[in-house]
Amino acid sequence: MLTCKQFLQELNDFLDETTDQDMKLRLQKHVNECPNCFVIVDTTRRTLEVYKGMEPQAIPENVKTRLWAALEKKMAARKPPSSTV
Amino acid sequence: MTTSASNSQTFDEAALVERARTGDQQAFGELVHQYERKIYRLAMNITRQEEDAEDVLQEAFLKAYEHLDRFKGDSKFYTWLVRIAVNEALMKLRQRKGDRTVPLDEPLDTGEETMAREIAVWADNPEQQYSKEEIQRILTDAVDSLKPDFRTVFTLRDIEEMSTEETAEILGISIPAVKSRLLRARLALREKLTRQFKRKGEDVFAHL
Repeated sequence: MLTCKQFLQELNDFLDETTDQDMKLRLQKHVNECPNCFVIVDTTRRTLEVYKGMEPQAIPENVKTRLWAALEKKMAARKPPSSTV
Repeated sequence: MTTSASNSQTFDEAALVERARTGDQQAFGELVHQYERKIYRLAMNITRQEEDAEDVLQEAFLKAYEHLDRFKGDSKFYTWLVRIAVNEALMKLRQRKGDRTVPLDEPLDTGEETMAREIAVWADNPEQQYSKEEIQRILTDAVDSLKPDFRTVFTLRDIEEMSTEETAEILGISIPAVKSRLLRARLALREKLTRQFKRKGEDVFAHL
């Protein structure tokens, strides 16, 4: 059986389901038999879920205004020559 | 003026990039509209400062506009944009006085510190015990506490949902380095959140 340390080293691949079938079975066996690692898998999975559910922060209006002002300035300076003829 | 850019159903990145490359400024504007929030969030996640995040946001789009002819189209435009923004954000971190430099490819850690100390079951719906603002603050504080190189990898992999390979490419570090940092970051965040969200007043294994 895998040790807890070995299990933790593979935790990401286990959560992301990127292990091969053989390793997956060994990891699953460890989780089924080790209450500590069971809790770690569950709480790490939930940690990732909470972050994935986090809404992107809105950009403050003044930050947005300054971004667009900077872009417009840049674009005006680089207008293709044809548009000025 | 079309509003289709805000509708991801009809958003065609490749077509907009192609138009922007031929000098169509409106097309570039639509790309900015599409990604400004995500780039700002990325910048905030890495720099943790509003002023720096604003600089990163502006620089990323200005540089993307200026160097659009260098975009070869062999990756997605968004990945290319993220790479520019991440470089700007890391530069900000390095510039900050008193902040340790951010090593881009430090030796691989051996996993010795990859331990879980706080092992406790979470409450069923921990988020219901807190207001939306409190949850936001708990999540942000936890990310804040990570070292910048772990924070950056976590942001790209788990918030931006980039692949391990893309993250390695963007940061210029090896795939094993991405994996090792991500593991450390995830476990550290799990510890922090467990302290907040664990089921109160129960023995760890009471449910077994």
